[in-house]
Amino acid sequence: MEYFVQQLINGLTLGSIYGLIAIGYTMVYGIIGMINFAHGDIFMIGAFIALATFLVLTTILGITFLPVVLLLVLIVSMLFTSAWGWTVERLAYRPLRGSFRLAPLITAIGMSIVLQNFVQVTQGARVKPLPPQIEGGITLMSGSSDAGTISAQLSYMQIIIIGTTFVLMVAFSLLISKTPLGRAQRACEQDRKMASLLGVNVDRTISLTFIMGAALASVAGLMFLLLYGVIDFYIGFLAGVKAFTAAVLGGIGSLPGAMLGGLLIGLIEVFWSAYFSVEYKDVAAFSILAIVLIFMPSGLLGKPEIEKV
Amino acid sequence: MSTQSRSVHRWKDDPVLTVEHMSMRFGGLLAINNLSFEVGRGDITALIGPNGAGKTTVFNCVTGFYKPTEGRIVARHGTGAQVAAVEHATTKGKRWHSTDAGAVFLLERMPDYEISQKAKVARTFQNIRLFSGMTLLENLLVAQHNPLMVASGYTIGGILGLKSFKRAEKAATEKAAYWLDHVGLIDRADDAAGDLPYGDQRRLEIARAMCLEPLVLCLDEPAAGLNPRESADLNLLLRYIRETHGTSILLIEHDMGVVMEISDHVIVLDYGVKIADGDAAEVKSDPRVVAAYLGVDDEAEIDVPEVRKDLIEVTGRTKKGAGDE
Repeated sequence: MEYFVQQLINGLTLGSIYGLIAIGYTMVYGIIGMINFAHGDIFMIGAFIALATFLVLTTILGITFLPVVLLLVLIVSMLFTSAWGWTVERLAYRPLRGSFRLAPLITAIGMSIVLQNFVQVTQGARVKPLPPQIEGGITLMSGSSDAGTISAQLSYMQIIIIGTTFVLMVAFSLLISKTPLGRAQRACEQDRKMASLLGVNVDRTISLTFIMGAALASVAGLMFLLLYGVIDFYIGFLAGVKAFTAAVLGGIGSLPGAMLGGLLIGLIEVFWSAYFSVEYKDVAAFSILAIVLIFMPSGLLGKPEIEKV
Repeated sequence: MSTQSRSVHRWKDDPVLTVEHMSMRFGGLLAINNLSFEVGRGDITALIGPNGAGKTTVFNCVTGFYKPTEGRIVARHGTGAQVAAVEHATTKGKRWHSTDAGAVFLLERMPDYEISQKAKVARTFQNIRLFSGMTLLENLLVAQHNPLMVASGYTIGGILGLKSFKRAEKAATEKAAYWLDHVGLIDRADDAAGDLPYGDQRRLEIARAMCLEPLVLCLDEPAAGLNPRESADLNLLLRYIRETHGTSILLIEHDMGVVMEISDHVIVLDYGVKIADGDAAEVKSDPRVVAAYLGVDDEAEIDVPEVRKDLIEVTGRTKKGAGDE
């Protein structure tokens, strides 16, 4: 039982990170109908900016009070990563908006390669470590088994990750459902041209969508950095693929779907590793996706596209 | 200005919208050829013509959906033709120019979102384009996007729930409710727009356009597919909009009964060229209009008895429409 609870907590933590990235995929898909394959790399850039900011604040500026440092790192990396997301959209996608459907997909893959190689060249190919910053936790339950005592621990790090994700999700749902920007985004999803004729600046709305996706990805990048302690230029690929899987599993285009899909992928991975074999955790996650898509082609919470005649 | 006498062409003196020497070319096809017309302030102006005459293309150019190949489209806030201001904006390469007398907007230079927000020209579509997955209320709030965006402090204040934003949102909701009430859909405010029956969707689209507080409202076949009762309601709604909000209406319509009954000014297009322009009575008796509608290419052919019979049928029906006034 303790083992199970522990894995549940680990799965939720990992799932939160996937979910935050998945939102970026699903939002962009919703508004312009393209898969932004560079989004995983935006997440990687976020992690690098977070690491750089962390080092600048602690070693050069000498700020040591951790909550302040983390808050500043969060704000700075969100700002800079958003700028990256905006730039990618402006340079690689907007000029191709009237083009054939595959064009932005191809530039997205190109952008992904560019970002990876840019970071590899400027930062080096070796992994970048960050010593654990937040240690300790709460012991939820403990028991004994044949192998000795087992306890379910909820570390402070995990509390921060799950808590932050929760707060961001609430803020984000409010933004989409209650603010004029969210309304404009939903309107653009349905009929971009009509939204424009009603006075909505569509280009700006799309840019803001990329900016929001990048900001959430940067939060995920910071969490990844703090949780695992090592990052390199390639982390964006697998995390991106997993988050994309999460978005598709939840129903691409659906925001709650992306979060649900993220949590499910995280849980599947962790439980598979815990009870079966670590080697096949990715196979397990992707197999579940395949099975769900066979029976529910539009994902768990996605709406099937019905053309009303 | 003689507002009472409709025989005087007051749209010449006080045009809210003018299209000047506009041409629109699609590859080898000249859809609109050197078209000029005026839309009078506060008038209901009808744009008619056979299928394929280029009526919807005119709308698309006026509302920024297309950029015309040539020509100038001017919207005017404030009274009069404001010739000096128009020339100033044109020669100085500006998109609009405000003076003490009002403001002029060169629509062919403006992107579509500015045409609705700044120049206050709104439109509806022949094939209804509502945000069908959103509620009726949300549809009307999207039309009030820009003022709300400013009031929400560009979204941040909106998430925090600032008082000023709540006040603006409340005002916007009240305006939306006002229009929903006038098109008789207030009870369904929270339903998805796609669930409405066809006639209601048409009225909702007009309500949404009115939430932009337009000076000119362009309606593309608003009566298409409506039953006679709905059509009569529509006429009342258009009159109400014109009388209480002073909105000038430019409409494309095939139903000659509707056109002759409510229009102050009728413009007839055929093959992208204007063939008649005047009040309903003038246009109705114009032989070229009759020829275009009956598909004869020579006035002389009207002397053929069969054609003559058709002609009497058509004009007879239109006269009945005008007689209701």
